[in-house]
Formats: sequence, C-alpha cells, structure tokens
Amino acid sequence: MYALVDCNNFYVSCERVFRPDLNGRPVVVLSNNDGCIIARSNEAKELGIRMGEPAFKIADFLQQNQVAVFSSNYALYGDLSHRVMSILGRFTPELEIYSIDEAFLGLAGLNVDWEDYGRKIRETVLRHVGIPVSVGIAPTKVLAKAANHHAKKGRGKQGVGVLDSPEKIEAALKELPVDEVWGIGRQYTKLLKAQQVETAWEFRQLDDDWVRRRMTVVGLRVKKELEGIACLEMELIPPAKKVICTSRSFGADQTDLGPLEEAVATFAARCAEKLRRQRSCAGMMMVFLHTNGFKEDEPQYAKNLVFKLPAATNSTIELARHARAALRVIYKKGYRYKKAGVIVMGIVPEERVQGSLFSGVDEAKHAAVMKQIDRINAKYGRDTIKIAAQGSGEKWKLRRQKLSPCYTTRWEDIIKVRV
Amino acid sequence: MKLKLFYPNQSSELALPAVGPLSAGFPSPAEDYLEAVLDLNQALVKNPSSTFYGTVKGNSMTEAGVDDGDLLVIDKALPYRHQALAVCYLDGEFTLKRIKIEGQNLYLMPANPTYQPIMVRAEQDFCVWGIVTYVIKKVY
Repeated sequence: MYALVDCNNFYVSCERVFRPDLNGRPVVVLSNNDGCIIARSNEAKELGIRMGEPAFKIADFLQQNQVAVFSSNYALYGDLSHRVMSILGRFTPELEIYSIDEAFLGLAGLNVDWEDYGRKIRETVLRHVGIPVSVGIAPTKVLAKAANHHAKKGRGKQGVGVLDSPEKIEAALKELPVDEVWGIGRQYTKLLKAQQVETAWEFRQLDDDWVRRRMTVVGLRVKKELEGIACLEMELIPPAKKVICTSRSFGADQTDLGPLEEAVATFAARCAEKLRRQRSCAGMMMVFLHTNGFKEDEPQYAKNLVFKLPAATNSTIELARHARAALRVIYKKGYRYKKAGVIVMGIVPEERVQGSLFSGVDEAKHAAVMKQIDRINAKYGRDTIKIAAQGSGEKWKLRRQKLSPCYTTRWEDIIKVRV
Repeated sequence: MKLKLFYPNQSSELALPAVGPLSAGFPSPAEDYLEAVLDLNQALVKNPSSTFYGTVKGNSMTEAGVDDGDLLVIDKALPYRHQALAVCYLDGEFTLKRIKIEGQNLYLMPANPTYQPIMVRAEQDFCVWGIVTYVIKKVY
C-alpha cells in the first residue's frame, strides 16, 4: 500500500501556526512581489477568491471582507515543510518528498487498520508542527492520490481516505473527474473529453491498445495504476538536477545596467550554491532578461544568450563573472526591464570535472574559498558573505510588504511570549 | 549558534577536537579515545521537529524562574501536565502561565504575588500552543 500525505492549504496553514487567531478567518498568501493569490484558506475559497487572481484587482474586496493577506515567506514554509517531512519519515523508511507540501509513503509489509494508521499520521503531524494534512491510502500511487482527493472533498473520514477494496475504488473513481487524475495533463484531458471520457472510472474502461497508441506507455501506466497494478516506483533519492534556474521578477522595473548586473550576479551565486549542494558543476550558462509583456504601451525587448563556459565550474566568482559579461552583451538602454534570470546547464558531477589548461582559473583555490563561504553562510545566514558584484539588492529585490516574521529561522523573529 | 532549523532532523555540525599535526614518529596517545564534543542541541532539543523558541517579555512568572529576556525552548508536541509552564495563545497574544482547572473554570496562574490569576472565558480565543522544556537565562 501507498499513502499520499498532502498539507492542507499549506502556506496559509504555516502562517496560522504562529497566528492561531486566524483560524476560521479568510487568509490568502501572495506570490513573489505580492503579485497574485497563490494560497487560500477554505474561508477565502468560500468568498469566491480565485487562484492566480492579481491581488491589486481585488484589494478592495479583500479589505471589505477582512481577509488576512500575507507575502510569501519561503523561509518559514521551507522550515515547516522539513519538519513535516521528518515526522513522516518516522512512519516509513520509504519516503518520497514530492513537493514542498506532499509526500508519498511506501507502506509495503504493514498489516494495520488503514483508517487508524492514516489518522495517526494526521494527528502526529498536527500535534508536532500544527499543520493539518489529508491522507490518502491505496494500493498504488495514482490511487493514493485519488484517495487523498476523495478525503479532501470530505468523502473520507476526518481527512483520511482509504481505498482498500474494489468497491471503494470503483465508487471513488466514478466521482473523480479525469483531469484530476495524477499524470493526466491538459492535452490528454482534451483528448479524453473528445471521447466522452469524463471520470477516472470511464478512463479505466478504455482499451489498453488505444491508450498506448494515443497516450503512449506513460498513459497506459496511469491506467494500470488506476486498476490497482503498481507500476510507478518510489523515488527515494531525488535525481540530481540537470538544469538549474534562478530568476526573479523585480520589485520595480529596472532601466540601468548597474542594478541588473547585481541581480544576475546574485542569481549566478544562487545557482552556484545549488550546484555545490548537489556536488556538481555546470559547463554551460544562459542569461536572459525581458521587459513587462503586460504593459503593452511600453517598448518591448527580450533577449537571451547561451554559451559554453571555459571549464565546468561551481564557483560563485566564476559564474557571476560570466553572467555579468553575458548581461552586458544582451542589455540595451532605453527599456524598462521586469525580469532577468540565470540558467546553468551541462551539469556534471564535481569529480568528473577536468581542469582546462586555458581557463586560467586555479580550481583548487576557488573550491577552498567556496567551502569556507558555504560554511559561514550556513552558520550565520545566507549572504553573510557574498561577492561584491551581488551588491545590496536595494533597487531590484522582491516586494514583500506583508511578510510575516521568520519565526523559525531568525533569532530576532522568534515568538514573543508575554508573561 | 545553533540548530539549523531548515533541517530539523539534522543536529548541528559536531566539531571534532583537533588532533594537531600528525607526527610520523609518535602518534598521539589520545587519538584512539577521541569523541565528538558535547553539543547543547542534543541536551536541550529532544524533538527537533516540534521544537520552537520564544523570548520572554514581562515579569509575572519570576517565582517560576522565568525573567524578562529569557530564551524559552518550547515543545509543541508535549501534553500539559500539572505545574508545567504552558505557552498559551489568548486573544491574539502568546502568554506563559501555569494552568489551573476549578470546576468549569480554567485559570491562568501567575508566579508572582503582584499579579492576579486570569480566568479564561468560553468566548475567548484560547489554546495551549506548547510546553516549555528549558528556560535559558543570561547571567553574566
């Protein structure tokens, strides 16, 4: 059996851990730069607030309905996510962290009452971290996802959905819209709806050959999983990333080269950190920037540059130097830039990197410096030490006007207890 | 400093005592007996995933050894038991008190004679948020 554990309205729930007064009240969390709604409490959903809605468009509505609004606080969400995952890890050694708020648990060999077991997972996470979760338990990962959906829609018992018999599976799949099936994307939904397939159950009735022909072996695997035949493995160790991207929309549009250089140097530094964390180096880089496509009355410009690095590296100094040089090539005066980014590719394990005679870089020296930087930043907080090219970020950094305190990651932000 | 809260199941890095430069002739007799140095996290944080910190503001609990400015180690997962120091959430604020139940009434008890017990009314927004396991006090 497999369980899928999913945190309910995760970002909102994180804010509520430290603000219990917000329980039962409408709460929303905004995307980077306080742009769109990306998380809603159930009360906010009931008010009709839609996912992805631009916050400025409904500012009056939010105020009239006394909706609590937060900027996204990823330091807080990341910490609480780690806590949730480490508790789930106590239930099974087979834990696949699927996203910041979802994980699969492999439960092979257990012989327990599944309803009880699901409830125990739920209660443990709630008691330790204060985050409510829904639990779906079923013979395959795709069915566990369906069971979770079932639980969320209030069909399961207290946030726990168990599909452990053919009858229960049939009933749940008949209620599950086909586009809610894990692994069925928008294209396949269109194809299936054209065949009058509306529910997961109807999809399961299709002919295997037809599914393989029209939806490849991937679609067939989803169908088999819905039949209760497990064919998706647990991914216990996340595969090393093949492409790493760091990009941001700016808090305010940028016109000058200076702040843009600082921004891409910072993005390059983030890429370098991510590379070092997975012990790999990048051999290629892409730098891009563009104006705000939504402002149709303004002149538009978008450009990127892809190039090979002289030698594969994960040195912040090297990556930032190349990123700035590339930016100077593609930057044009006279535009208002909204976003820039750095993507590193051609990623190889650190130990497979061959020094280049011509790069003129002392790799051993760089590696030693980076190690010390990572050590100090891990201890005293990100960017305690950074390279000068990153600048202060004053001009371009994110707009986060409604940021909650970083209760768990900054000493000055821990909760104040009145006695 | 401490506990990288980003990774709650990972205790802080344990520094190993330095061995000194290895001499070819006489290996240090202590080398076989090296142990990890003592880490306060191990002593003070039993449950990393449910442990949070708080700072004390105020003086109503001085006789329980809790003074203004102290650092609290709070475990959210522990159940309340008699005489425990409970971090409560009452009307939009965290507060630290002992809890007394008399008949139908719940009281928050101070530990300072100049303060009065607080009766929690049913309509008030109240919960026990966590239990204090350690009070860390700067004394020098």
